[in-house]
Amino acid sequence: MGYQINKTKMNTLFTDLLENYTIYAPKRFVGGGTFADTDCIRYGEISTLEEIEFSEKSDYSFKEVLLPISETLFYFTEAVIKESDPPPKEAIVFLRSCDLHSLNRLDTIYLKNGPVDPYYKRLRDHTHFILMGCENTFENCFCVSMGTNLSTNYDAYIKVTAEDVLIDSHWNLLDQALANSQPFTVVPDSVSINKISVEIPESIPQSVFDSTLWDDYTTRCIACGRCNFVCPTCTCFTMQDLFYSDNGKAGERRRVWASCQVDGYTDVAGGHAFRENKGQRMRFKVMHKISDYKKRFDTQMCTGCGRCDDICPEYISFSNCINKVNALVKEENR
Amino acid sequence: MLDLNTKKIKKNAYRITKVRGETASRIRIPGGLLTADLLPKIQEIAETYGNGRIHLTTRQGFEIPGIRYEDMDAVNTLLQPIIDQLEINQAIPGKGYTASGTRNVSACIGSNTCPFANYNTTDFAKKMEKEIFPNDLHFKVAFTGCANDCIKTRMHDFGIIGMTEPQYDKDRCVNCQACVKACKKKSVDALSVENYKIVRDAAKCVGCGECVINCPTRAWTRSTKKYYRLVIMGRTGKRNPRLAEDYLVWTDEAAIIKIVKNTYKFVKEYIDTTAPGGKEHIGYIIDRVGFKEFEKRALDGVEFDEKTIVKGPVYWGGPHYD
Repeated sequence: MGYQINKTKMNTLFTDLLENYTIYAPKRFVGGGTFADTDCIRYGEISTLEEIEFSEKSDYSFKEVLLPISETLFYFTEAVIKESDPPPKEAIVFLRSCDLHSLNRLDTIYLKNGPVDPYYKRLRDHTHFILMGCENTFENCFCVSMGTNLSTNYDAYIKVTAEDVLIDSHWNLLDQALANSQPFTVVPDSVSINKISVEIPESIPQSVFDSTLWDDYTTRCIACGRCNFVCPTCTCFTMQDLFYSDNGKAGERRRVWASCQVDGYTDVAGGHAFRENKGQRMRFKVMHKISDYKKRFDTQMCTGCGRCDDICPEYISFSNCINKVNALVKEENR
Repeated sequence: MLDLNTKKIKKNAYRITKVRGETASRIRIPGGLLTADLLPKIQEIAETYGNGRIHLTTRQGFEIPGIRYEDMDAVNTLLQPIIDQLEINQAIPGKGYTASGTRNVSACIGSNTCPFANYNTTDFAKKMEKEIFPNDLHFKVAFTGCANDCIKTRMHDFGIIGMTEPQYDKDRCVNCQACVKACKKKSVDALSVENYKIVRDAAKCVGCGECVINCPTRAWTRSTKKYYRLVIMGRTGKRNPRLAEDYLVWTDEAAIIKIVKNTYKFVKEYIDTTAPGGKEHIGYIIDRVGFKEFEKRALDGVEFDEKTIVKGPVYWGGPHYD
């Protein structure tokens, strides 16, 4: 059902929802950017409509709500293990269409790729998703190429206009709360064209692995991992077992985001790291995003949000790399 | 026949040059930042009254040589829009610069452009200029965005070096150790790892912000409050050139402005009136009067931030040639 309500009513609705839900949305962290007097837009808890950053793309994706950057799985002391408690409230997440498609990639990895991950599931099962529209494309977006510019599987769509809030609800809870509101036809804003487009080869031959194309990144990439950390579809983690420093008999196990670009990712027993070369790390990442994942799960992994290109301090462009690979494959197929 | 009061001319920011009959006009650019539309005005002065050349001064001003002393009034008229636009304090509009002793307040490019800068050096420099100019006592003040000190604040009477107090959100940390490596290789090795999380040695940290710049997850961010290291009494010169030494660490804007203004009062009281040209440099006055007396005057009415560390009494090094 579609509705048109005023902002005060929306904020009242938020207040009611906050009793049982934590609401996460892209939020402006003033002064929270990398450089002095710059902001960061990332996910945080909100309690009013005004706190949500609708006008810009978030630097980091929503994935940290479902996959906390650093998550304690359980605590241990001598013979006893206790799992960490799930959050007391359910969650509501505001996100754009590309990110809603990314949710499918996270679900695939954590729920449909072998055993179900209980720590992901316990958050995922209690999270509702509210779509934010895109009136225009942002810089570096290529959602149209990736087919992620449209979404229908949202719990609700919310658009804020100068005066009002437009809602398209697929969620009974909201329908009940808005029962007395003015019905209104609401169609989510979406883009049909981006400034950037990519073409991904249907299949990528093994020879591309050995291409000199990757050498460029060997010297350019600084292995900071920002591309992975902002990516809504990167799901790698590592484990940390630690013993509390003032009591060596008790401790906890955490899982923490990992990055295939950062040193340490390929460390194995004995201290050997088998992918030291940064160009090869780039190759590994790109191939996973546009080829390997698809071979296994039948959809592209990358959802074209372009955050990796937005954030790379060395101006390495993932979308440009895809197109370079495509040109190479075309050349080889000729 | 020229009949000039050289002291008045110098105070008006004109130089007595080696060329008989010719002066040079110094243009103040506080914070070293100007809009491009001022350049044609400077060009006009150089081409109409100077010899067509412009010298870029070490203090980020312009000096226009080859001006006839007779043309100083005309040059002052052309200087007025520059003075107005840069909002330079002035006693009599149309008469050029009111003083020259307090040198142009200079600044590195700062956070307008530089990724390392911890604050807007230009804004602070302009604010300081407003507070201390026109004052004819010989003071050199410079602002730099970070501990790299590109403007070389340590060769100034007052050097202001930007600091940030890194804020750590351990829940956002992935233990990639980009901060640890940056701090070790580019800064002071103040970070270590304990149980996969980062521990900052607050006593060692110089507030350079490298950890914040290098953090890929925003686990490290800047403090809301801006902090500064105030270094004092650096100088070049014949007798005892020396680098400025730390006086305050983790101090704030208000304290710095107050201390500099108080120092003008201190100098007015203690300056050696028999010194050549009535000029004695602050650092030498402090050497003569003693640091404790200077500090007593400088700190009059100053309130410190709770984080401020006072590094007094200050002792300076440098060669003594006298």
